[in-house]
Amino acid sequence: MSTMTSSRTTSYKPGSAAGRWIRHHLVLILGLLVLVYTFVPIFVVVLMSFNDPASRLIYRFDGFTLHNWLNPCEAEGMCSALRTSVEIGFLATLGSTVLGTLIAFALVRHQFVGRSSMNLLIFLPMASPEIVLGSSLLALFVAAGFGGQLGFWTILIAHVMFCLSFVVVTVRARLAGLDDNLEQAAMDLYATEAQTFRRVTLPLVFPGILGAALLSFSLSFDDFIITNLNAGNTTTFPMYVWGVAQRGVPMQVNVVGTVMFLISIAIVVGAELNRRRQEKALV
Amino acid sequence: MSETVRKRGRTGYLLLIPGVLWLALFFVVPLYSLVATSLFDPSGSDTTGYSMTYHWVNYSHVISDYWQPLVRSLAYGALATLFCLVLGYVLAYAIAFKAGRWKNLMLVLVIAPFFTSFLVRTLSWKLLLADDGFIVNSLQFVHILGADGRLLATPVAVIAGLTYNFLPFMVLPLYASIDKIDPRLIEASSDLYANPFVGFFKVTWPLSLPGVVSGTLLTFIPAVGDYINAELLGSPNQRMIGSVIQSLFTNANNYPAAGALSVILMALIVVMVLFYVRRAGTEDLL
Amino acid sequence: MSQVAEQEPTTADAESYDGLRLRNVTKSFGAFKAVDDLDLDVPSGSFIALLGPSGCGKTTTLRMVAGLETPTAGSITLGGQDITYAKPYQRPVNTVFQSYALFPHLDIYENVAFGLRRRKSKEVDTAVRDMLELVELTSQARKKPAQLSGGQQQRVALARALINKPEVLLLDEPLGALDLKLRRSMQLEIKRIQTEVGLTFVHVTHDQEEAMTMADTVAVMNAGVVEQMGAPADLYENPQSTFVANFLGQSNLIEGTIQNRGGDVVTVDMHGIGVSVPTERCHADSDKGWVGIRPEKVLIGAPGEELDAPGNTIPGGVVTDVSFVGVSTQYLVRMPWGQELSVFQQNTGRHTSFVPGDKVELSWRPEYAFLLDFSQDASAGAQKVDAE
Repeated sequence: MSTMTSSRTTSYKPGSAAGRWIRHHLVLILGLLVLVYTFVPIFVVVLMSFNDPASRLIYRFDGFTLHNWLNPCEAEGMCSALRTSVEIGFLATLGSTVLGTLIAFALVRHQFVGRSSMNLLIFLPMASPEIVLGSSLLALFVAAGFGGQLGFWTILIAHVMFCLSFVVVTVRARLAGLDDNLEQAAMDLYATEAQTFRRVTLPLVFPGILGAALLSFSLSFDDFIITNLNAGNTTTFPMYVWGVAQRGVPMQVNVVGTVMFLISIAIVVGAELNRRRQEKALV
Repeated sequence: MSETVRKRGRTGYLLLIPGVLWLALFFVVPLYSLVATSLFDPSGSDTTGYSMTYHWVNYSHVISDYWQPLVRSLAYGALATLFCLVLGYVLAYAIAFKAGRWKNLMLVLVIAPFFTSFLVRTLSWKLLLADDGFIVNSLQFVHILGADGRLLATPVAVIAGLTYNFLPFMVLPLYASIDKIDPRLIEASSDLYANPFVGFFKVTWPLSLPGVVSGTLLTFIPAVGDYINAELLGSPNQRMIGSVIQSLFTNANNYPAAGALSVILMALIVVMVLFYVRRAGTEDLL
Repeated sequence: MSQVAEQEPTTADAESYDGLRLRNVTKSFGAFKAVDDLDLDVPSGSFIALLGPSGCGKTTTLRMVAGLETPTAGSITLGGQDITYAKPYQRPVNTVFQSYALFPHLDIYENVAFGLRRRKSKEVDTAVRDMLELVELTSQARKKPAQLSGGQQQRVALARALINKPEVLLLDEPLGALDLKLRRSMQLEIKRIQTEVGLTFVHVTHDQEEAMTMADTVAVMNAGVVEQMGAPADLYENPQSTFVANFLGQSNLIEGTIQNRGGDVVTVDMHGIGVSVPTERCHADSDKGWVGIRPEKVLIGAPGEELDAPGNTIPGGVVTDVSFVGVSTQYLVRMPWGQELSVFQQNTGRHTSFVPGDKVELSWRPEYAFLLDFSQDASAGAQKVDAE
């Protein structure tokens, strides 16, 4: 016993204080480096949004200007593409959030035959490569004779389809985490089924539904591969970027990128501050 | 304590019907019509129509024509997934165990960049990796790259782009898994004479496996099908299968060949995923 | 099967009974019968505790009264009205949930006001203020439940149910989440409130001390039926089954053969020693039985020492274990027939202490002994090492 102890103490090397600090924080430092890596392109996007390009064909920082920010729609076709994307984004979010929330409630709260195939049906669209989802929808549209009418509505159908599963998963998680006792308590306190839903269930599930809606919007807004196959002559913002990437990128694209980044930061920071405020009230 | 009480009756079905119909109509039926399309006679066109001839040779044709981009896609996808796993694990571990009160802030920072348009971000990588850009110049300076060496239009650029773009799909499930691990388990392992490396491989890693499995799947599947990185950061030599399918549909108007390739891609992914999930022993993933 | 000890009411007066009455209530989950043909009468204004180990069906019984489960068979009446199939919000019954189930998105005031608002009560504000005063939470009215301590949340849950003046208040392990000290003070607090408001309380617990402290009637449940029901002291002093004998406190159960059933006492041959048990404490039908005696009723002394008991002295014991627990010393004594008996001796300072290996004699007053049916498992209801 004593020999074991002594052998272990002799092998213990304290090292220098700096060495110990680095060893202790190594993982955190590496993690922060990865985080920096994720931000590198964002810095470029923000920087380029202030770029005053010397030539459309050479993509590099030539000089500072506010011109792109003041004239965002100067880039030909960008703002109409943006509008299309926002419209599709809103409608797709609305559709997928409603349909997905209904499914999530059925999955968590109701009994039905075929639960496992239902789970598979929800899971598969998330596990399929976008190119397969897009090409199969295109195959259907062409087979059904809609090959010439691809556009806004076919994009919307596709977007609702691929957002739906994400909504189900998000809302289901929130709903499953809800304490059953709360609804039973409401019923015990003279709330009918409808009152229980309105006064207790809905307010408690709402953050999950809101999160699912935000996720849907960003998935829809950002989709390129599926959209590109089913868009016909309609152009969404990602398709616009794809097009100009071959011809020369107007710097206004970076303005849009920066704004999207700022909005998403504002939403998550707002949510976090709200959470902190509630938490602080606990003390 | 009490199992969730699920109500019987029609309401459940009524809630399911609209969404399920949507998925059936626009996900299941399309898969069927994709398979059908892949067996059409390729001599038709989307305007004149195709005839169903159970043209199985479509499959052997596309395999012999496009096996290279297919294999390349799987290889790039696998490599990108591996890099994502390494980077994502470090980041998720740091957030879960080392970030302290900055945990939530770091999580937010992981997700935030990815709400900026995928294409715009990839374009800025194009700028970063450009031939006279900072990164290439630095690498040339330290002689990792030759004087005329480049990054853009190489597999390195494509794999780096894939790794970058799909990183959050890896980090989030990993974080969810690692965050659940009780740090006292790691302390217990070091108390029981495991050095940090042994402790990691015997305790942390096995407990984080569910996150590793779902993270790798969530990264691998979209990475294999992606063609944006290959097109924007690569050259025709880095063409991936998604790009082939896309142009067969829209440029060549060869629907049967495009359909056959899609079916092959889907089948390959399903087989690989099933094999992988079985090996990893986490079939309760759903 | 279930024995309701008190007067068995006839079905004729079912309508006139003003308390809570369960008749032949059964609840099955698949093949498992959580509650098995249960009869229970709770007089109006009483405080009854359903006591039993986890899985004995006590919570299921409570949930059926609340309307949160529907009985598979049987009927539940309240003040003569059949409420077996009434929805939870249709019955004048409120529940204090095990985990409180306070609505996290509503503040304390709104939590307490919830039931009144659903019933469109006119006097919500006054009633809520009075109720918050009763549970001493007036200053916390505008806080959210998560900002309160466990004990405060418990009081909110109580207030939220009580404000509706239910005919029956159900308490489902309401103190389980509190620490021991807080639990003791809340027990007295709830008892005080019950006396003050005079409502019927039905309290579910697995803690025998809690049940005995709070309730005026305790129903011991096991495997879906009421084993025995009565005042706490009666249950403890005169258990009718091995389960009750072991679940409420500890008992020494010694095998014996009944020799004579005449008169006031039953005489039993216990491994060659004759002991007697009062007839009203005899619950054995066959000619064999378990002679039961509580450890604190057993007297211990050195061989030949005079013990203050008129019964027979049982010689030949050897002390095998001694634990000093402050107020008493607990001995394990191996008897000549191999069984180890448990003896608690008050530390009055008047008794000699023994050490393991000492030869001793045991005795007890016959009126403290009880006799149980031999067909019952002598270890039923006993605390097992692996349980909790």
